[in-house]
Amino acid sequence: MASIQLQSLAHRYPSAPDYALRSMQQTWSDGGAYALLGPSGCGKTTLLNIISGLLRPSEGRVLFDDIDVTDLTTEQRNIAQVFQFPVVYDTMTVAENLAFPLHNRGIARNEIEKRVADALQMLDLQDRANDRARSLTADDKQKISLGRGLVRTDVQAILFDEPLTVIDPHLKWQLRTELKKIHQRFQHTMIYVTHDQTEALTFADQVIVMYEGAVVQIGTPQQLFETPEHTFVGRFIGSPGMNVLSCEVDGSDAVFAGKKFPLNKTVDASASRFELGIRPEHIKLSAGDGMPLTVTALEDVGRHVIVRGEIEGAALSALVKDGVAIPQNPYVSFDSVHVNLYADDYRVASGRGD
Amino acid sequence: MLELRNISRHQGGEIFLDDVSLSMERGELNILLGRTLAGKTSLMRIMAGLDKSNSGELLFDGVSVLGMPVQKRNVAMVYQQFINYPSLTVFENIASPLRVARVGQNQIDMQVAEVAELLQLTQMLDRMPDTLSGGQQQRVALARALVKKADLVLLDEPLANLDYKLREELRAELPALFAAMGAVLVYATTEPTEALVLGGNTVCLHEGRVEQFGPTLSLYRTPNSLRSAKTFSDPPLNSVEVECVAGQFIYAKSRQLLGIKIEKIPDGRYILAVRPHHLSRKREASDEIEIEGNVSVTELTGSETFVHFSMEDNSWVALLHDVQDFAVASKVKFYLKPQHLLLFDSNDALVEWQPEINN
Repeated sequence: MASIQLQSLAHRYPSAPDYALRSMQQTWSDGGAYALLGPSGCGKTTLLNIISGLLRPSEGRVLFDDIDVTDLTTEQRNIAQVFQFPVVYDTMTVAENLAFPLHNRGIARNEIEKRVADALQMLDLQDRANDRARSLTADDKQKISLGRGLVRTDVQAILFDEPLTVIDPHLKWQLRTELKKIHQRFQHTMIYVTHDQTEALTFADQVIVMYEGAVVQIGTPQQLFETPEHTFVGRFIGSPGMNVLSCEVDGSDAVFAGKKFPLNKTVDASASRFELGIRPEHIKLSAGDGMPLTVTALEDVGRHVIVRGEIEGAALSALVKDGVAIPQNPYVSFDSVHVNLYADDYRVASGRGD
Repeated sequence: MLELRNISRHQGGEIFLDDVSLSMERGELNILLGRTLAGKTSLMRIMAGLDKSNSGELLFDGVSVLGMPVQKRNVAMVYQQFINYPSLTVFENIASPLRVARVGQNQIDMQVAEVAELLQLTQMLDRMPDTLSGGQQQRVALARALVKKADLVLLDEPLANLDYKLREELRAELPALFAAMGAVLVYATTEPTEALVLGGNTVCLHEGRVEQFGPTLSLYRTPNSLRSAKTFSDPPLNSVEVECVAGQFIYAKSRQLLGIKIEKIPDGRYILAVRPHHLSRKREASDEIEIEGNVSVTELTGSETFVHFSMEDNSWVALLHDVQDFAVASKVKFYLKPQHLLLFDSNDALVEWQPEINN
């Protein structure tokens, strides 16, 4: 396994006017689990292809363990890859498919048998080991693709490109936790591309949020949730995302709907636009405490209810846990420690609490 | 109204649909919820007239349509892979079914404008599909299905290929859109969360059979079978085999007591099930049931924690509304309110019961 460095890395496709990937400087540590998260077109797949060697960057260098691999092929870089759609050999059995990448590397027969048996167990495919891959469902084929990415222990890194997108929800839970267990056991350097925040947040130690070809924030799931550095991150992470409310600033207070929220510092008022960020999870509903909320919709999704409403014309979402009563004409209060202040979309202060 | 009576379809010894009876009203959204190969697409293809059933009856507004070819029925279908004509503008893409039906230009202008407004495509009518985002392209495909004012609209996992956030936006928009249409709407999905957000009615499908059909939220809250409960749970439903001996419950494997007593329930084997968000780290009342297990892995999302643990050799998961890390293989305890226990008999049918606590 290896650490990965991206030095002044940028990429522009030959005929395109804009950069698909804007200049970045990154060091990802050996054995880390990283997720590249963002909407389609944000550059995350371009970045993954540069790391795997499928694409040569137009600017900058890629280093594995301080060795420049920018001009090396995928094979020379010695990495394993798992793609969105299954890559399996239909005429081989499940076990043969899993053994294939190992045979290619000339690994001893008994070692191959052991690793294939491990993979079969992890993927819950023991009873299908000798079936031809062609008879499997799309789900099971994708499991084999995952298994083939994971059987090799000598790789520098394992790269995943939306590996669970075509998988049924109940299986996603199983495969996600298996991946997590494998990472805890073998400490592979893993890079996982997805547009699905739950997959990214549960998989990675560090999530790299991308937007329009740039990295907008790198952080632990908790950092992304509690202190999004950009309003995009606030909105993108969370279901529903963070409420971003137009506000004013008065010294070290943010002012929204006539109410003051104390900040942890005095803010320079020269920005053209101030916004207050508050997560739906950090809004409390009551029968008479705080700001009156005009409710526009209630969405009961089982484990919680999403309350949609407005305060002085500003749309707001709040979460109420399953089983907690929602008042008829609710008032809302913000958990002021969890308030963030944004100046022209970038976070400049957070709530101090009362 | 669309009525299916005892519809079955099998081919080469394989059963795709098994005695399906359903009745769906106009203006209501009907969700087909089930895993891959549960029969969702098979059912839609029969509704559309693309496939024939081996037995059963299919009626639309009281008239049998079973032998009627798809061209003669006023049906629209949207697939997972959005399909648009690449050489036509967004306007012409949406207008295409009206052109085929030889509708006049004035009428076309009006109908396209109306549906484009509804789907927020008004600004994009002159553009080509490949200049749009995936979400916009799928909205064009939706608009084309909606513009011809079909009596039956079939949507087969229409959001599956879209980005997570886009899906979230469209899910929020769709119910109002569907309500305005007055067609019989059928929507297939593998995702319980999607069904809950969309509301309407839900059909729980499993191996070609209807497990349960009714208002979405009531299906979620009171599943009539273990299958239905499992199909409609994300994160997955937790379950454990238990035995009832003289009103006392014991775990089938370890023979340990559960600490609940239920009167008027025959002795025998049962399955106890509980949804992940009903497990709590804090005991809030003395009648709560203690659940103990060994942690296998913890997933943190930044705001929530999924604790996966083994309980009597079953894989269980608890959803906590805060961030807590647990060491692998450590022992962990959760508490459960008796009213959140789901009990199923040996035929997997829901058992109605009243807990009586045994301290």
